[in-house]
Amino acid sequence: MSIIAKLLWVLLGLFIILNWGLLMGALIRKIVARVGKRVGIRWYQPWLSLPMLYSTRSSISHGVMYYLGPVFRLSGGVGIFLFMPLIVGSPYFDNFSFAGDVVVILYFQFFGMLGMALGAGEGGHPYSTIGISRGLAQFTTVEVPLTLAVISLAIQYDTLSIKEIAAAQQGGITNWTLFTNPLATAAALLSMLGIFRHAPFNLVQAPNEIPIGPPTEYHGTYLGVLRTNGAILHVIEAVLFMNLFFGGAGNWIELIIKTFFIYFFTVFIGVVFPRFRIEQSVVWFLKVPLVLGILAILFMAI
Amino acid sequence: MESQNNNNNNQEKFRDPNLDKRTVISPDGQQIEVDPLQDYFEQARPQVHKPASKVIEKFLNWARAESLWVLGFGTGCGSIEIPPLTTPRFDAYRFGVAMRPTPRQSSVFIISGYLSVKTLKRAIRSYEQMQNPKYVIGLGSCTINGGMYWDSYNTINRLDYYMPVDNYVAGCMPRPEAILAAFESLKKRIKEGRADGANKYAEHFDWYKANQKKVIKDWNMPDYNW
Repeated sequence: MSIIAKLLWVLLGLFIILNWGLLMGALIRKIVARVGKRVGIRWYQPWLSLPMLYSTRSSISHGVMYYLGPVFRLSGGVGIFLFMPLIVGSPYFDNFSFAGDVVVILYFQFFGMLGMALGAGEGGHPYSTIGISRGLAQFTTVEVPLTLAVISLAIQYDTLSIKEIAAAQQGGITNWTLFTNPLATAAALLSMLGIFRHAPFNLVQAPNEIPIGPPTEYHGTYLGVLRTNGAILHVIEAVLFMNLFFGGAGNWIELIIKTFFIYFFTVFIGVVFPRFRIEQSVVWFLKVPLVLGILAILFMAI
Repeated sequence: MESQNNNNNNQEKFRDPNLDKRTVISPDGQQIEVDPLQDYFEQARPQVHKPASKVIEKFLNWARAESLWVLGFGTGCGSIEIPPLTTPRFDAYRFGVAMRPTPRQSSVFIISGYLSVKTLKRAIRSYEQMQNPKYVIGLGSCTINGGMYWDSYNTINRLDYYMPVDNYVAGCMPRPEAILAAFESLKKRIKEGRADGANKYAEHFDWYKANQKKVIKDWNMPDYNW
């Protein structure tokens, strides 16, 4: 396949992922609203909010880094997308997946956060800075159990390629990592709660704690870029967990169903549990998920 | 700089010592001049932003109208009527209305009741931090003619002397249903392209500023700030 054709397939994949991300966000909000006996937003609301944000006539800049913050965040999301194989065995939707892509993806998760930290820091708003320090502190501890789970998988499958890990799980539900390596799955699913940042761990962006954290000063097009990234990131992170632990997807329907339930898992926990303070959540990630991650490595290594 | 010509005679009387020019010494011994009015505020006049071409603007206005982001800023007794909008009984989300915590991200400013002069100062600062296009809803009789506070020494009587208002909701207090109706009528106005308050504010900036300074005695900030 020529590189032009490859790029077109990647863009098609990105388009589908973006729209599914927007729709999924709306569906989840609708479900949460129905739990609270509300009607909730219209399912097409995200497609209305994006042009509204992108078409704001005036905007304010605090300097180059402030401008680059959302750009870094978006390149973090798109970067994860570029290296993520979407459909197992499909030559069209495996993007630019290569032998060590899981390491690159673990790095890219932090890339957007750091870009936002620099950008929001230049805004000069104290709330942004508080939000950043909270967000980075929490995300650092979130990454620890996830990385331990990935190391456990690397030992189990003897590879660092997501494509090969997903391919090794084909041929029946019992081949999924969920059943072959339950400890690593448990550690990763617990750290996933911190990645998606729903209720127990959503202090970083909780509107009524400090006004919405790092994006406090971002508005209009900046916020539009952040929201676009949010839609891509939610799906693509769910795709990561689907590929690593739930057998990957053989077609788009399977991908949509699996990512929905993976994302819904965090929302469900978020609806049920109240919010942690930041020092509680940091300690929480360094207790059970960390121990599970270490045990997962030990079991696979022995 | 225009912002330095604060033509308010009371400025000296209400001077805020925190906003004086001063010299501070940095940890490595460097002397730094700090002028809070210059350094902490941006001081550019608001600009008139021309709408896009007709067809595009029609689509954008539709998107803006169906996605109203309301600034969570409560003034007066009407602010108690806003929270029920997010509850199962009234549920404004189904009409595309959402609450935002910061002015920069909001497009609708609800002045929910009487405005004391002290609050007016904050309301103006919040309004100016909102980005073009922005819309204002005046809630209750107090924003129309002062209502039961019409002869009060400390509240303003007509809101549209101080910022351009798109919609008024009469009543004391209007019920949440009336606020939902106001959103619907604001949507209609936006879709027709008539809700251009931000540009109106920029065009008649001097008139609005003069009105604001007439009532706000302790004007210790630049004329325009975000």
